[in-house]
Amino acid sequence: MPAALEVEAKGMRTSQFDVHRIREDFPILKQQVHGRPLVYLDSAATSQKPQVVIDAIKSYYAEQNANVHRGVHYLSQLATREYEDARVKIQRFINAAETHEIIYTRGATEGINLVAQSYGRKFVHEGDEIIISAMEHHSNIVPWQMLCEQNRAKLRVIPINDDGELLIEEFARMLNRNVKIVAVTHLSNALGTIVPVKRIIELAHSQDVPVLLDGAQAAPHLKVDVRELDCDFYAFSGHKMCGPTGIGVLYGKSHWLESMPPVLGGGDMISSVTFEKTTYNSLPYKFEAGTPNIEGAIGLGVAVDYLNSVGLDRIAAYEHELLDYATEVIGAIPGVKIVGAAREKSCVLSFTVDGIHPHDIGTVLDQEGIAVRAGHHCAQPVMKRFDVPATARASLAFYNTKEEIDALAVGVQKAIEVFS
Amino acid sequence: MAELNELYQQVILDHNKKPRNFKRLETANREQEGYNPLCGDQITLYLLMEGDVIKDVGFQGSGCAISKASASMMTAAVKGKTRDEAEVMFDEFHRMVKGDLDAESEQNHLGRLKIFAGVREYPARVKCASLSWHTLRAAIEQKGEGHGEFVTTEAEHRQD
Repeated sequence: MPAALEVEAKGMRTSQFDVHRIREDFPILKQQVHGRPLVYLDSAATSQKPQVVIDAIKSYYAEQNANVHRGVHYLSQLATREYEDARVKIQRFINAAETHEIIYTRGATEGINLVAQSYGRKFVHEGDEIIISAMEHHSNIVPWQMLCEQNRAKLRVIPINDDGELLIEEFARMLNRNVKIVAVTHLSNALGTIVPVKRIIELAHSQDVPVLLDGAQAAPHLKVDVRELDCDFYAFSGHKMCGPTGIGVLYGKSHWLESMPPVLGGGDMISSVTFEKTTYNSLPYKFEAGTPNIEGAIGLGVAVDYLNSVGLDRIAAYEHELLDYATEVIGAIPGVKIVGAAREKSCVLSFTVDGIHPHDIGTVLDQEGIAVRAGHHCAQPVMKRFDVPATARASLAFYNTKEEIDALAVGVQKAIEVFS
Repeated sequence: MAELNELYQQVILDHNKKPRNFKRLETANREQEGYNPLCGDQITLYLLMEGDVIKDVGFQGSGCAISKASASMMTAAVKGKTRDEAEVMFDEFHRMVKGDLDAESEQNHLGRLKIFAGVREYPARVKCASLSWHTLRAAIEQKGEGHGEFVTTEAEHRQD
């Protein structure tokens, strides 16, 4: 039983989060890097994995491996059941109405591309408009640019203010009957801004425009309820939420997915094939051509169980506390500027230090065993907006501690000393 | 912290703070932009070529300490050299930062540039050190006078 479950079961420390018990679940956190205890502050790039997820992948290959949806034999049925059970877990995790609204993908990027290519092929024509925001990850920019180029549509960008908050009034003004879809992030990977997506969805829906949310960052940190949000599509990645890489999910409302053409053709996505005509399979299989990432899906299902056992509400509350602490401690270091000061923020601390390039900060911190990201975070337009070539980014998760934030502060001071 | 000192040697820190030839060269007859998409480092290199000789060189741009110091020291090293000499230096420099050339025991023409040998311990920083050199090579290879298309360090991925 994971530590978190035991804690819950014994009803102890319900208000206080026992992060040291949680850390026991993550074997990688015990290791040393360059002779120092690992301080992993790069969870926005990818999260670490609890032992239960690692075990699930291992036991899948050791005990269950077979192709899904094909065999009459025992192992195939077992693998199929595990694979489909995971889909149900994910459905419940985001409160989707139907299991078939959960499409397995390789990750958020593939989910967004799927909608751009499939929805786009059917519904976006010359002169139409697609709206994104100024704080998108490249994966929620480029697929739409590609679509715009193919279909001669126009890409429009919701501006943000100096704190990294989206200008809702501007967005409201941008909506018109040519807009065919709005695609925005739920939680910015570069700034940590929690976007008021509910308001965006209400405004878009008032003009009958569907909304896709890039949930790659939000899924592990915020409680996501797709029905309460009323979003039309929600794309996220397994590896950022304690699951394996190479698996992700696209949620789509049934009526949209039904009306959209498949993007990849092949096995599993058909119900009958002749050389004259192929009939496509029903949802979700219409969008899942070829042998899927079976162990990834099973691993993601276990990751969902794990996150549920800790509790997304408790995770969010603890991470909020941790971010406040980090903002205070790192922000107080002379020469440090924090990039992104939205009122609603989660888990991301992007910063610059006067006179030191983020890449150099990253190297100095690495020598201290501290893993941060340094660069443009696949969000070059965001860097341009804030007029910085790059930032250093510490991104937090519920397995991080205040002591690790203190270590980060010491490391940043050290970088300042080296370059003074 | 011995390793860190080996990477960020005093000379490198000094060139980072006070880069040499950090200017737009008004007399330049070649201009070349280089870009490292990984970290956003950007450099514009100005060359005055007379025949095969690099008569003068300057650069501008933004980047980390390693890329800035490397560009600064490169400009000092290649001034007055022929294109073939510069090419040899690039090759040796590149092999050194990747750990394929031991500048202490093997013969080379690197001189003061040997100070970048510490980069070999930091594979992620090889691109930073070699951005200015890739840019120089592209500038030299430009056909005639003018402004070349920008180069990136992305080929490093495949080489490493």
